[in-house]
Amino acid sequence: MREPVQVIINGEARDVPPATTVADVVRSLTSAANGVAVAVNDQVVPRTGWADTAIGPDDRVDVLTAVQGG
Amino acid sequence: MTAEPTTAAPGSGPRATADPLVIAGREFGTRLIMGTGGAPSLRVLEEALIASGTELTTVAMRRVDPAARGSVWDVLHRNGIRPLPNTAGCFTATDALRTARLAREALGTEWIKLEVVADERTLLPDPVELLDAAERLVDEGFVVLPYTNDDPVLARRLEQVGCAAVMPLGAPIGSGLGIRNPHNIELIVEQAGVPVILDAGIGTASEAALAMELGCDAVLLATAVTRAREPALMAAAMRDAVAAGRMARRAGRIPVRRYAQASSPDPDRPPC
Repeated sequence: MREPVQVIINGEARDVPPATTVADVVRSLTSAANGVAVAVNDQVVPRTGWADTAIGPDDRVDVLTAVQGG
Repeated sequence: MTAEPTTAAPGSGPRATADPLVIAGREFGTRLIMGTGGAPSLRVLEEALIASGTELTTVAMRRVDPAARGSVWDVLHRNGIRPLPNTAGCFTATDALRTARLAREALGTEWIKLEVVADERTLLPDPVELLDAAERLVDEGFVVLPYTNDDPVLARRLEQVGCAAVMPLGAPIGSGLGIRNPHNIELIVEQAGVPVILDAGIGTASEAALAMELGCDAVLLATAVTRAREPALMAAAMRDAVAAGRMARRAGRIPVRRYAQASSPDPDRPPC
């Protein structure tokens, strides 16, 4: 069995199974279908690429949404 | 034969709605742009947004909170209000670019309210980072609306790099200090070829009206409404103040005189 992968999701260290994708991470955080964007290591991953983008060791994944402000 | 009434019904005269705000080729029927920060709940926020009549409203971008209930995006969407994402919380051009790109992806809009502030205490714009970020975002195809100091030179530079509007502050964010330097706001308005939106500092309705009387094209405010005792009521006050100030500006105010000028015709002097 392959080892879990250590990543940072929204600033918190997490272990995820190998071959976890951006789409998996988003689903684990929110059920919102709209208004969400993802950056991996500060690079935006377009929604169309979420299912095909696997996250690797030490990747920083940020999942953002619109909140009250400004 | 009965004569038709010739007097117009109250409220049927010329209105600000016949005078749309145009930013980057898009028309808005109201000149009040709202923010969403500071409201005690999404329900209170929604009531205030509806009362304000706004058609464009800012939101911030933050990490998803799995425990959050409801979303500001849903509130805007169901009321047909366009979201204007901001880069609040950014201190460098690099931060602001990253946030703007994420906002574009999340909300499907090229429009960005650009905020690059210098420090937490004043939240005043950092002009060097702001101009740098504005230029780079324009190059990437964003419609950039920068929150800026009340500095006519910086406002001109922001316009020159291609910003779609300039948004000078009246006073620091959330301060309610009103418009501290109306002269500078007038100078910015005089030279601007893009809309000038008074952003930040408004505390009450008369200050929103003053911004419009000074020649601003629109007012952006949040705290004055969201932290008022009755947010929806203040939102309605702001809506009317912005409309009134705009109409007064268009109507052209009378010159200020040092002494009285009788407004009644000279009476025949009665015999003593």
